[in-house]
Amino acid sequence: MKLRDTHIFAGLLILLLLGPLVVYPVFLMKVLCFALFACAFNLLIGYVGLLSFGHAMFFGSAAYISAYTVKVWGLNPEFGILAGTAVAAALGLVAGFIAIRRQGIYFAMVTLALAQMVFFFCVQAKFTGGEDGIQAVPRREVFGLIDTANDLHFYYVVLAIFVIGFTIIYRTIHSPFGQVLKAIRENEPRAISLGYRVDQYKLLAFVLSGALAGMAGATKALVFQLASLTDVAWPMSGEVVLMTLVGGMGTILGPAVGAAVIVTMQNYLSGFAEYVLVIQGAIFVVVVMAFRRGIVGELIGWWQKRNA
Amino acid sequence: MFELIGIPPQALFGQLLLGLINGAFYAMLSLGLAVIFGLLNVINFTHGAQYMMGAFVAWMLLNWLGIPYWGALIITPILVAAFGMVLERLLLRRLYSLDHLYGLLLTFGLALIIEGLFRKWFGSSGLPYENPIPGGQRLPFMFLPNYRGWVVLASLIICLGTWYMIERTKLGSYLRAATERPDLVQAFGINVPRMITLTYGFGVGLAALAGVLAAPIYSVNPLMGSNLIIVVFAVVVIGGMGSILGSIITGFALGLIEGLTKVFYPEASNTVIFIIMAIVLMIKPAGLFGTPK
Repeated sequence: MKLRDTHIFAGLLILLLLGPLVVYPVFLMKVLCFALFACAFNLLIGYVGLLSFGHAMFFGSAAYISAYTVKVWGLNPEFGILAGTAVAAALGLVAGFIAIRRQGIYFAMVTLALAQMVFFFCVQAKFTGGEDGIQAVPRREVFGLIDTANDLHFYYVVLAIFVIGFTIIYRTIHSPFGQVLKAIRENEPRAISLGYRVDQYKLLAFVLSGALAGMAGATKALVFQLASLTDVAWPMSGEVVLMTLVGGMGTILGPAVGAAVIVTMQNYLSGFAEYVLVIQGAIFVVVVMAFRRGIVGELIGWWQKRNA
Repeated sequence: MFELIGIPPQALFGQLLLGLINGAFYAMLSLGLAVIFGLLNVINFTHGAQYMMGAFVAWMLLNWLGIPYWGALIITPILVAAFGMVLERLLLRRLYSLDHLYGLLLTFGLALIIEGLFRKWFGSSGLPYENPIPGGQRLPFMFLPNYRGWVVLASLIICLGTWYMIERTKLGSYLRAATERPDLVQAFGINVPRMITLTYGFGVGLAALAGVLAAPIYSVNPLMGSNLIIVVFAVVVIGGMGSILGSIITGFALGLIEGLTKVFYPEASNTVIFIIMAIVLMIKPAGLFGTPK
């Protein structure tokens, strides 16, 4: 039997639907938020070949916006998440407009610097609550129906958000737009010579990636009822790079798998907090030196070899 | 006493001196990044961690072995450069044939490891390092602490010395030739792989030297490098990595601008360099001294 994407997705969806029966729902929600974050990041590195080292700016600023609008303005969660996503998209438009002027490692440095600027803005702005962040964000009802104070109910809302985000990414990659992105990644001068306005494609991909990263951050803020400087600081940008690298850059499911692995690892290592940085760095080194295709990339390679 | 647009001159010149000192560190670090990038095509994310190591090694030499500042100034860069060359031989070397992004990811991972280990061993509160030349000079318009004057002088000597070595000596001409066409230089019988190792060591040594200079000014802290390296990246983007002299000028100029911002609009002092970076990218994407590729 030929294994198709749809079979794998259906199997995974069933697992995720049944997941909370065996695993603590808050943990699963964290995995889903970071999985969406990593998938959004992967849209840029995997399909346009742009390594952003500043995706925390979208994740973190959307987290602040959704936490603030829900807590202070009393918005419902769905509008809080939408507001966060919209702000991340707008930020993506501005940051993307500046960053796509350079490629390769310069692009990485520019995005890192822009994210640091957003970080300092969040440190100084009044509404972010400085070092304390925005705490105790209330969990209101979604659509006035689903009570999110219950972890299990909220889990299915988060799962729905993840599926929506993931579907957007999957459809983008397989659309004509996604094909042009891949063409740009493979040979940019050729894409230009074929008449594609490369910068517009890159910018749109950047905005989309930023908006979905924001959606992940906005959801995460409501799950943990907290938005803080950790969400917007540079280690968060590094973390999403690590997740995607571990899972497999340029594979559809890789970033989600990588996110699950890293979040699980952080959970088990919470007793060794001071070693988390060292271990993350060591994983970076091992993956870059030994298996650059990541977990899913290696699996795909193994599967193709077996069926060749 | 005269006043300048409502700012007392002591405050103005004090901030300008601080800016000049920050600029000296930006210049030394972006210089090392540019030298490494020229030959290796790797953006050395570990640069900040190696600068931090420089400060810590100087502290260890003083407190554990009793070697004073002036000895540390010579020994530390050699030790840290040797460590860098080991990393190049064992790890970085295997990535040259791949996409440059892997070099960035590897050095980022190494930076996390080094920073994490130092944080584990020394905590993150910072250690004091005694000022080797206390006291200062009373100038007509301000008070100049001896050590700060020395840092500005030393960094100028280091930067111009590096510039002279690369642009005006035979060794430097080999280096510049290998930057352009490593295969051709190799064909002329020059050992390019060894040259790459030594160049990486040199760049890392520069970072460590900056770290020693920084130790008595800022407290010796495991986080001192990662905060600085992001700003230095922005400096590198602004200047472009094509020119040695360009990196030096950009580093000092941005330090001064940052200092001035602290006087006139302190809220923006953290972000002014990033804002300048955004503006430069709009007008001249290759950087002020860069050549478009």
